[in-house]
Amino acid sequence: MSEAVHAPRRAFEPDWLARIGWLAALLYVVYAASLLDFTWARFVTGLEQAARFLDRMFPPDFSRWEAVLKGMKESLEIAVLASVGGILLSLPIGFLAARNLMPAWVNWPARALIAACRTFHPVIVAIVFVKAVGFGALAGILALVIASVGFIAKLFAEAIEEISLKQVEAVRATGASFMNVVVFGVLPQVAARFIGFSTYQFDANVRNSTMVGIVGAGGIGAPLFVAFQRFDYDVVCAILIAIVAVVFLCEILSNQVKRVFGEAVQDGQAPRRG
Amino acid sequence: MDRRRAVAEPLTPGSAVRREWQRFTPGQRLARFAVYFSVVAAFVLSLGTVEVIPEFLWDAPAQVQDLLLRMWPPDYAHYPSSVHDAMVETLHIATLGTVISVLLAVPLGLLAANNVMPSRTVNTLIKLALVTSRSVNSLVWALLFIAVFGPGALAGTLAIAFRSIGFVGKLLGEALEEAQPGPIEALKASGASWPSLLVFGYWPQVKPAFWALVLLRWDINVRESAVLGLVGAGGIGVALNTAMNLFQWDRVAVVLLAIFVVVIVAEVVVTWVRGRIL
Repeated sequence: MSEAVHAPRRAFEPDWLARIGWLAALLYVVYAASLLDFTWARFVTGLEQAARFLDRMFPPDFSRWEAVLKGMKESLEIAVLASVGGILLSLPIGFLAARNLMPAWVNWPARALIAACRTFHPVIVAIVFVKAVGFGALAGILALVIASVGFIAKLFAEAIEEISLKQVEAVRATGASFMNVVVFGVLPQVAARFIGFSTYQFDANVRNSTMVGIVGAGGIGAPLFVAFQRFDYDVVCAILIAIVAVVFLCEILSNQVKRVFGEAVQDGQAPRRG
Repeated sequence: MDRRRAVAEPLTPGSAVRREWQRFTPGQRLARFAVYFSVVAAFVLSLGTVEVIPEFLWDAPAQVQDLLLRMWPPDYAHYPSSVHDAMVETLHIATLGTVISVLLAVPLGLLAANNVMPSRTVNTLIKLALVTSRSVNSLVWALLFIAVFGPGALAGTLAIAFRSIGFVGKLLGEALEEAQPGPIEALKASGASWPSLLVFGYWPQVKPAFWALVLLRWDINVRESAVLGLVGAGGIGVALNTAMNLFQWDRVAVVLLAIFVVVIVAEVVVTWVRGRIL
C-alpha cells in the first residue's frame, strides 16, 4: 500500500506497444511514399497543373447537355435494372446461405457463390461481360447484378443468422410447412433490414453505373472518359455536376423509402460495405 | 415503432365484436403503395428503353466459351516479369491511400460531430463535403488526379485517399456522436484542456469503431486500387489494361488470379486483425 502512495501515479499510463505501432506506421508511410515517387517537386508542379486544370473546368460547359442527359438516363436504367435483378436473386441466395436454416451442403456453395461475386470490383466484372455480351448497357447491368448479389445476399444471410428462433419454432409448432415457416417466421424479422440493404445497394449501383462506361458497358462513363481524353475539362465538369446531383437525389429518395418502411436506419446504421 | 396503429371504432359494448384491426394507417399504406408503384414503373420504363442488342445476348455463351478457352491455360510465366511488381504497387496504393484518407478525415469527422463541434452550420458544411467525396467514384478521382499529377501511382493513391475521406469521415463523425457524454463531462469538470478531452474523453470511446472502419476501408481500397490502372493511375490495373488491349487473355487470366488471391488474403487478414484487436 505504502509503495503506491510514494510512486508517482499517472492517470493514463503510456502504452509503449501502441507507440511502437505508430512509429512503425510512420516509417511505412515514408517508405511507401518514397517507393511510389512522391516528391515535393512533383507536388509543386502538380499545384500549378491543378490551377490550370481548375481554370479550364470552369465555367462548366453544358452545351452538349443532350448527350449528358442520354448517358445519365442510360446509367439510371442500368442501376434500376441491376438493382431489381440483384435484389430478386439475393433473396433466394441469401436464404440458402443462412447457416441456421440450411444444412452445410446447401449453405457452403451459396456462400462460396456470394464470396465469388464480391471478389472483383464491378468494373473488372464489367470487362468480362463486355467480352461476353458485347458493348452496351447489358454488360453494365450484368456486372452490377453480380455486385448487388455479392452485397445484399451476404448481409441478408447474416441478418437471417441473427434472427430469434423462438418465432420460427412457434410457427413450426403450428404444423406449418417449410415455406410457411420462411414466410411467417423468418421474413417478418428481416424484411426491414433487407429493404435497408437493397436501398443502400441501389445507391451504390447508381454510383457504379456512372463508371462502367469507362470499359464500354454503357452509361455516362463513356462520354466522361472521352471528355477526359480530349482534355475538354469544362465538359468533364458539367458531367461531374450531373453525376453528383443524381447520386445525391437518389440518396434522398432511398432515405425516403427507408422511412416509409419504418426502419430506424439513419445513415449511420446503413449496412457497411465489405 | 408505433406503425401498428389500429383503426378501431370507439369502444362500446356492442361494437367490440366487429372491431376491425389494421396494421397500417391509410397514410402508411398509401406511402407503401407509392414505393411499390414507382419501383415497378421504374423497372418497366428502364426495361422498355434500355438499349440491348438481342443478337449479342444469344451470342453470349459462345463468346464466354471462347473467352475461357483463350484464358486457359493462364500464362504463369508472365507473373514474375510484370505482374508481381504491379501487385505490390497496388497494395502500397491501397495502404498509403487509406493512411492519407484517415489523416484528412479525422479533423473532418471531428467537425462533423455535433457534440465535438457544436455548430449546425459547420456540421452541415462538412457533411456536404463528405458527401461530395463519396459520390465521386474513385475512378473519377483518379482521372482528376491524373490531369493534375500525371499518370502513375501518385494519382492513384490520392484518388483512393479522397474517395475514402467521405466514408471514414462520415462513420467517424457518427461514432463520435454516439459517444457517452459522462466521461467528457467528468474530464471537463476536472479542468481538462480541449486536446485532453479528445485524447482521453472521445478517443477511448471511438477507438473500436475507428479501427473497425479503417480496416474495412482498407479491405475495400485493396479491391478499388486494382481497377485504378485502367485509367492509368498505377497498380495492377495497368497490367490488366495492357494485356486486354493486346488480347492476351492468358495474361489477363494471370492478372485476375493475382487480384483474386490478394483480395481473399486481404479479407482473411482483416478478419484476423479485427478478431485480435477488437
